[in-house]
Amino acid sequence: MDDPTLAGAIAANRFGLGARPGELARVGSDARGWLTAQLGGGAPHLQGSELRNSADILSQALELRRANHDARAAQNADAAAVMKVAQLYKPIYVDETNARLGEALTTERPLIERLTYFWTNHFAVSVDKVAVSGLAGSFEREAIRPHVLGNFTDLLLASTHHPAMLLYLDNQISAGPNSPLAQRAARRASERRFGINENLAREILELQTLGVAGGYTQADVTSFAKVITGWSISTKLGPLAGGTPGQFAFQPEMHEPGAQLVLGKRYAEGGVEQGVAVLRDLAQRPAIATKLARHFIADEPPREAVEHLARAFRDSSGDLPTLYRALIGLKDCWSQKLAKFKTPGEYIISGLRGLQIPDSFADKARASFALLGQRIYAPGSPAGWPDRSADWDGSAAVMKRIEWADALGQKLGTHRDAAQLAPQWLGGAMSAATRTSITRAASGSQALTLLLTAPEFMRR
Amino acid sequence: MRAIRRRDFLSGAALAASSTLFTGKVAFAGSDTRPRFVFIILRGALDGLTAVPPYADPSYARLRGEVAIGAPGAPGGALRLDGLFGLHPSLVFLNESFAAQELIVFHAIASPYRERSHFDGQDVLENGCARAHAVQTGWINRALAALPPDRSARRGELGIALGQNVPLVMRGPAPVASWSPSHLAALDEDTLQRITDLYSTDPVLSQRLADALSTQSVADASQDDSLMAAAGENPPAQLLASREQPKARGAPYKEVIHASAEFLKSPDGPRVAVFDALGWDTHANEGGAQGQLAARLAGLDAGLRMLKQDLGPVWRDTVVMIATEFGRTAAVNGTRGTDHGTAAAAFLLGGAVHGGRVIADWPGLSARALYQGRDLAPTLNIHSVLKSVLAEHLAVPGRALDTSVFPDSAAAKPLPGLIKA
Repeated sequence: MDDPTLAGAIAANRFGLGARPGELARVGSDARGWLTAQLGGGAPHLQGSELRNSADILSQALELRRANHDARAAQNADAAAVMKVAQLYKPIYVDETNARLGEALTTERPLIERLTYFWTNHFAVSVDKVAVSGLAGSFEREAIRPHVLGNFTDLLLASTHHPAMLLYLDNQISAGPNSPLAQRAARRASERRFGINENLAREILELQTLGVAGGYTQADVTSFAKVITGWSISTKLGPLAGGTPGQFAFQPEMHEPGAQLVLGKRYAEGGVEQGVAVLRDLAQRPAIATKLARHFIADEPPREAVEHLARAFRDSSGDLPTLYRALIGLKDCWSQKLAKFKTPGEYIISGLRGLQIPDSFADKARASFALLGQRIYAPGSPAGWPDRSADWDGSAAVMKRIEWADALGQKLGTHRDAAQLAPQWLGGAMSAATRTSITRAASGSQALTLLLTAPEFMRR
Repeated sequence: MRAIRRRDFLSGAALAASSTLFTGKVAFAGSDTRPRFVFIILRGALDGLTAVPPYADPSYARLRGEVAIGAPGAPGGALRLDGLFGLHPSLVFLNESFAAQELIVFHAIASPYRERSHFDGQDVLENGCARAHAVQTGWINRALAALPPDRSARRGELGIALGQNVPLVMRGPAPVASWSPSHLAALDEDTLQRITDLYSTDPVLSQRLADALSTQSVADASQDDSLMAAAGENPPAQLLASREQPKARGAPYKEVIHASAEFLKSPDGPRVAVFDALGWDTHANEGGAQGQLAARLAGLDAGLRMLKQDLGPVWRDTVVMIATEFGRTAAVNGTRGTDHGTAAAAFLLGGAVHGGRVIADWPGLSARALYQGRDLAPTLNIHSVLKSVLAEHLAVPGRALDTSVFPDSAAAKPLPGLIKA
């Protein structure tokens, strides 16, 4: 960190969302201090009068589904007129992404937004499942943001309690084979069979806590799935009605009774508390250090860096600010130069921030994410978006970035001065070749395109 | 500044290779019989027992309950392949292909992977090794690297990934391309040249940009030619615009299939194409003859029919392998779906396939026969199939297959006779 202008550029780009003009000056000579200061100031809540809570959204969706069902059952001629859930969810998705993007374009705590995205991607839900498409935004606001500066245990508990996660991984309908519901159905010789769905239990173990090499077995997956039977959602009608519709509800009727053995430990029957107890234990040793180091340092992070982070997690019992301070303090974060190829989302946001695009532009910017291959809230799998260069630097992907940059250059070339912006984006990370290329550009538009496509701006 | 097509940029920049784009086509017209190979990865774990129901297995209907596919002849019943197996009723084109002896159906097939993580399962399916994350390259790329250089391929690129990025199976030492449709305007020549210069000291970005320009020029040329042929010398605007129309119902892979065919038909284009089909992770409300999975299968089937149509005469020299990371539980779960399992079904399709056969050493679905008491047991290693396809169709040397392509796999003997002699 001999060169403060390089350290500032690393702070704003590797740890932040890309420098807005003036940001590097504010970072000044104390890059680590600038980052650490962002850890103060409370949870990164996202405000907006248009943003609705998930219970409100989901209860409306449940009513709609009921109305659709009734209209179809009655062969009502107006059935087609009843709004579908997907139609309800679409404008909600728009509002949520506008708010999220607007914050990204203007925030003065970019590190905290990056950490929010990191955890949202760790506890991934994906809007390509329609049932989740109206809830991904509220999931991030309700389950992730309040705990980004808290403890990992609370993050895991909040995520597992959230309707979006329960719906995404099918747990809301998972019922124990010996649950009261299943037993009644069997007695009535009902055609409807009830039993477990192990999707959520498996992905919590594999992706959210222990990791795929974490030493659990199929038997652990099955018994953990039994433990969290009954973790579901309230409805207004039907056999499990009660509570506030659209909110998390523990349904004793669906819960598999009895003690369960998970990872060699016996968990006594305790209703919802049985699941909470397992989650609390799982939260003690998540395979998170490598993932965090990979995200902020390099695709293949140094082993000592990973061990340092794992220790910080363990010693603080999962206190996340402690973990982040350990990360910021790692010398590898500051010595590895431009080691990470930006994801499409990081690339777009950094470009728009650098160009001082106002948050009112968020609505127009949304399509860029899909175009460049990273539609917001749509990782497509519970593993979340991948995080290595090879996942993002395909030739078609690079070409798309260049075309996108050029479109932006064409549009803004007469309003922005690339030569004046370049040092404000890249500071000490700017190469002589990039500087020369921008200076010699044939037009303002071309200069801007060259800045946006510069190798050191493709990376962070 | 005049915006020009990248193809013009290439020839304008006097890249020697680009001249073969035009001369090569004439030379190869009608005589291009190079083998083509398409690998389609069904990510999410296809339920083989619904796609290829073993309708006559005595345990099938009981295990599957309401998602079971009926016997041939029953309403919504399977399309009969033989006395034991049928195809899901949505797989109409595959059924026709079976009758035309252009389809082999494999059952109880699996990669060496025996756990139940999608992501590690896909890693093993793509890396060609016995375990996940063993290497950072894929078996298709290593197979291409083992082939003698093909001077007809532009920049030596024998493989293409349809998508913005290259999946693991296609990553490795051999040069490969990736392509996805662009809805943005092309850059002008001067700006492209300056970016090329700016990347000259950056090995990764300069390589990617050169690849993109090369690939795009093939796509533009093919696209122009096929549109010209369809519309005469002056293609009407709406024809050109058809590239950007939304996906057709029932054919979610339309754009990617069309592009694959254009690349594979191009005389100096790649010989191997890879793409993904998503959405097979049917944990809940999977459906049977109709429903969620049935719709996915219908979309895939329509896409494969489109691929045959688009490839035209090249279909004769084409083999398409369709595989998934693992199968799903033998029994339906508590939520009318199926959880992660082990052995699955796979398909080998194409004009060059010695088809009309089901290849399965059927272990049965009795409680005793199930793997770990819950999954269809694997009796066929997918490496045996892939080795045979690569050897018989693409002429990959046998020694490379047992060592570099599928490391330490000598125990998985090739299954001979899958390709027409």
